[in-house]
Amino acid sequence: MTALAEAPAAPTVRKASTRKRLVPYWLLLPGILWLIVFFALPMVYQASTSVQTGSLEKGFQVTWHFQTYWDAFKEYYPQFIRSLLYAGTATLLCLLLGYPLAYLIAFKAGRWRNIVLILVIAPFFTSFLIRTLAWKTILADGGPVVHALATLHILDVTNWLGWTEGSRVLATPMAVVCGLTYNFLPFMILPLYTSLERIDSRLHEAAGDLYATPATTFRKVTFPLSMPGVVSGTLLTFIPASGDYVNAELLGSTDQKMVGNVIQSQFLRVLDYPTAAALSFILMAIVLIMVTVYIRRAGTEDLV
Amino acid sequence: MSLMPILKWLRRNFVVIAGLATLAYLILPNVVVMVFSFNKPNGRFNYSWTRFSTDAWKDPCGVADMCGSLSLSLQIAFWATIGATVLGTMIAFALVRYRFRARGAINSLIFLPMAMPEVVMAASLLTLFLNMGAQLGFWTILIAHIMFCLSFVVTAVKARVMSMDPRLEEAARDLYAGPVQTFLRVTLPIASPGIAAGALLAFALSFDDFIITNFNAGSTVTFPMFVWGSAQRGTPVQINVIGTAMFIVAVVVVTAGQFIANRRKNSAKA
Repeated sequence: MTALAEAPAAPTVRKASTRKRLVPYWLLLPGILWLIVFFALPMVYQASTSVQTGSLEKGFQVTWHFQTYWDAFKEYYPQFIRSLLYAGTATLLCLLLGYPLAYLIAFKAGRWRNIVLILVIAPFFTSFLIRTLAWKTILADGGPVVHALATLHILDVTNWLGWTEGSRVLATPMAVVCGLTYNFLPFMILPLYTSLERIDSRLHEAAGDLYATPATTFRKVTFPLSMPGVVSGTLLTFIPASGDYVNAELLGSTDQKMVGNVIQSQFLRVLDYPTAAALSFILMAIVLIMVTVYIRRAGTEDLV
Repeated sequence: MSLMPILKWLRRNFVVIAGLATLAYLILPNVVVMVFSFNKPNGRFNYSWTRFSTDAWKDPCGVADMCGSLSLSLQIAFWATIGATVLGTMIAFALVRYRFRARGAINSLIFLPMAMPEVVMAASLLTLFLNMGAQLGFWTILIAHIMFCLSFVVTAVKARVMSMDPRLEEAARDLYAGPVQTFLRVTLPIASPGIAAGALLAFALSFDDFIITNFNAGSTVTFPMFVWGSAQRGTPVQINVIGTAMFIVAVVVVTAGQFIANRRKNSAKA
């Protein structure tokens, strides 16, 4: 009896379960399609553009001209090195400046925590271009900041290092790095704060009970436990900084041009599409390789 | 001898002092933007202080094309937020709640846009649009913005959905709630803080985006592009007025949000 009653029900159950099995695909379809068409496919087009030759008037043809890559690299390697150097310095500065603030918010701010957090996020809501332009005022020639740096003989040191020139800070590497550091600092602070906040405060007490000095506690307990924050913070800072051209354009001079500036001008002004595409591919390859090696070595894989 | 206590105090409070110094570094440009919105510069550029004036505040749209670009940016940010939030939330639910094929490939497709310098995405997207012969403007900007906001929404929503207790939904089903009812009355309200965070992030990213927009806008001018252009032609004081107003509105909205969240938490406790 029961077997007879169940038999006709089976197909509907199966139909329902196939429908259920298809649910994730329907959920994924529109978003993933968007990413395939407007993120992955453009990469293919760019790869093809980078091996084309021709001119704007006659049109470009795929000729597998890989020479473009070599020529582009040979001509613009100073900009590549500069980009990596500036982005690396800015990332290091972000870590040094951001860590104390993230630590302060996580462990010492008490009831001020939310207010300090809002202050960290708030600058985001003024367009970053306006804020970057404000640095032109702050670092202006003969302004209070430059005057203070000169009086304290800090400018002498930075001049000797080649970061500044004479009595100027604007239009020097220091101005560009300062702008990059400023612009990406919140991207360092927020992940650091998230991973510091998760640390059980009893671990600090335990370290203290075991006669660790505050410095040892930090070195052996706090810092290792905040590693996920350090890794994602440095990535979120270094990746956008390496491709940035806004700070170099607004705060630097022609001697501080980064690879982003070259790609932008080749693409939008010179209209040499193959060179621009090749440069952008080289930048992508360098960043992806560095990121992969870094994640492997830091040992944090679940970043997404 | 008298230096020792000071040094000791400095050492004990090193974290607080260094943290507050960083905070000052972060806030300083906003203060400068605010102060210089009351400036009356002599030349075309608003970089050095001349004298106090409220002229720009009285006539915020007095600069040609600026308020038009601002409203365009707000419209694009609005639609990009809706698009990215809907698509991103769907992906996040699929990733956390279901099993399916090609999970690894899909995960990297979502991660890669965040691990790519913006200028690379900008340039390649322009190559696509040029090859398709698309007319650059509102729609190409919107398409680009939805694309790069999507991954950030997925990350924000996914974190929230992952921390949800699945027993709550089981309980709803045990109490004879249908799948739609369970989703609308239980799942969505619990996931909403994550969705709201993702949407806010998408709005901020889209509204403030310059690099991708600059490549794919053609002759259309968004607010960040207007500011960029003015850095070459001359910066009107009104830019600082808009910057300051945006800052104040954002601080009020975020503070109000915190206040409401705190009150809800307290009333839940009581």
